Amino acid sequence: MLGGTYALLGIGLTLIFGIMRVVNFTHGELYAFGGYMMFFLTSALGVNFYVALLAALVLGIILGTIIELVLLKPMRGADIDTTMLIMIGCWIVLQNMEMMVWGGVAKSVVSPLPADPLAFGPVSVAWLRIFVFAAAALLILATYLLIHRTKLGKAMRATFQDRDTAALMGVNVGAINTATFALGSGLAATAGALLGAVFVITPTMGDLAALKAFAIVILGGLGSITGATIGGFILATVEELGAGYVSSGYRDAMGFLLIIAVLLFKPTGLFARTERIG
Amino acid sequence: MKHTLLALWFALLLTVPLWIDQYFLHVLITTGIMIIAAMSLNLLLGYTGQLSLGHVAFFGIGAYASALTALGFDVHIFGYRIVHEPWPPFAGFAIAILVAALCGYAIGKLSFKVRGAYFVIVTISFAEVTRLVALNWVELTQGPLALNNIPPFTLAFPGVGEYTMWGKVANYYLVLAVGAVAYIVIRRLVLSRTGRAMIALRENEPLATSIGIDVTRYLVLAAVVSAALAGAAGALYAHFVRIIDPDIFLFIYTVTMVIMVITGGKGTLAGPIVGGLIFGMLPVALRAWATPVAQWIIYGVLMILVVFFLPRGIVPAVREWWENVRPRPDETGRTSAVHPSTGPVLSSSKGSGRTGTRNV
Repeated sequence: MLGGTYALLGIGLTLIFGIMRVVNFTHGELYAFGGYMMFFLTSALGVNFYVALLAALVLGIILGTIIELVLLKPMRGADIDTTMLIMIGCWIVLQNMEMMVWGGVAKSVVSPLPADPLAFGPVSVAWLRIFVFAAAALLILATYLLIHRTKLGKAMRATFQDRDTAALMGVNVGAINTATFALGSGLAATAGALLGAVFVITPTMGDLAALKAFAIVILGGLGSITGATIGGFILATVEELGAGYVSSGYRDAMGFLLIIAVLLFKPTGLFARTERIG
Repeated sequence: MKHTLLALWFALLLTVPLWIDQYFLHVLITTGIMIIAAMSLNLLLGYTGQLSLGHVAFFGIGAYASALTALGFDVHIFGYRIVHEPWPPFAGFAIAILVAALCGYAIGKLSFKVRGAYFVIVTISFAEVTRLVALNWVELTQGPLALNNIPPFTLAFPGVGEYTMWGKVANYYLVLAVGAVAYIVIRRLVLSRTGRAMIALRENEPLATSIGIDVTRYLVLAAVVSAALAGAAGALYAHFVRIIDPDIFLFIYTVTMVIMVITGGKGTLAGPIVGGLIFGMLPVALRAWATPVAQWIIYGVLMILVVFFLPRGIVPAVREWWENVRPRPDETGRTSAVHPSTGPVLSSSKGSGRTGTRNV
């Protein structure tokens, strides 16, 4: 369940990172934004749970498009540190706006799924968690198909491999960047909406999520959707094992120790092909 | 000319406690501490070009090391009981610098294997791990309960007695002194052969390597000095505020330092000071009509605007403006040719002078 949403976060980030060469610090905020949209639509406007989930995806895409067009488009060709600083600025603004609008108190979303868990012999699983897992898996599959089976996906892959050649071949690289950022943002917002339904929504929920997404991207290797998916599940497993066997206080530290270890021994990530970012 | 200006500027800073009220003095002290941390970050970010987003870890490690040395502790590690009796705060200060420098060495050795975005993420991860350790190793750090009653710095004069720095004025001078030392250390380092090697690495790493500059050695050296200074700032903070909790490791403080450096001008000596004064004083200017949340939004917007319109920061921009204005009365550009380093010092007094008048 966690693995699925982590994978969604990681895929969004790995696409943005791989194709646009932007270290996207707003990723966690889009995740939080998705959670808040879920809360706002279901509780304030009384929208159906599933419709709200879809709306979170769409709104995430819209917000991502706006950020890309306003902040990143004028900065095409700027070095990675410059865009990183812009994204940090944007992250601060978004997070504090969430704080301003919804306050610091945690919000929770009421789910329509039955509260009784589903029991498989000794193991019992909540319906909500099954739903979250299924939705995440579906989205991962959809993204995979989008990248590997459509024309847009082909253009994205081409841009990832060689931006200049892709541009020469008639790929509108600028539009691909916008589409990538929008897609990644939408995935992050959906992950936030899904996890927001399971846990609670706070303005700072995005911080740890963003850092974990980075961990997943590094685990999986740059620009690799498969890597990000597997990375998401690895991170979730390591965290749970760490929480179980070491100490639950160090649960979140596991991911970071994992990053440090991976970067020391295999800096290209576990599943990367040949590319190495210097 | 250059030295007179610097001396005048320093003399002005010395008189500050005479004409400023307690509240502003408090703000100035914390701002000064942040400026020292920002200067240390500038050494890495501005001169070697490595964006370390885990810098707050060294600050926090310095703060905890100093506080624990001064308070004493009693912990069990793998069955061994380690007891430490309280030492005077200045010993804590020295140990803070040492511990932070060691951490800087270890992290530098490990993380400079990777560059760019990967380096950034390793440094963030490191800071998060230190925060979680501070939060969870309750026996040593008290966890979220915070370390409190940290003793203030004490000066011992043999044969005369002791002077404990309870007041703000004494702490102000202490921060000023440490800041001046940090400035001189960074200045000496940057203007030396080592500093030129670091700048060469920033400008073009393959080229620098090709002419025989040992990349890892210089980067690690920069990390060690930078971490030591950040640790010193952390120790000053711990003994001034006298209570520290794991929140000092929060990512937002690293971001604050980065904003200070970028706004002021990375890779300039005066940049972090100018940026630090602006962002240290901004809350005072804004507090009348903006909530802390709104202030953060303003910070974020300012940061984006600075990157968009003044990508190199305020100090280089002011310096350029000054050099455009200046040659006219002199007729020739000789002044700038003779003293190429005049710029940053002049612009420092300009830029921060402006912020100064805004607050007084």
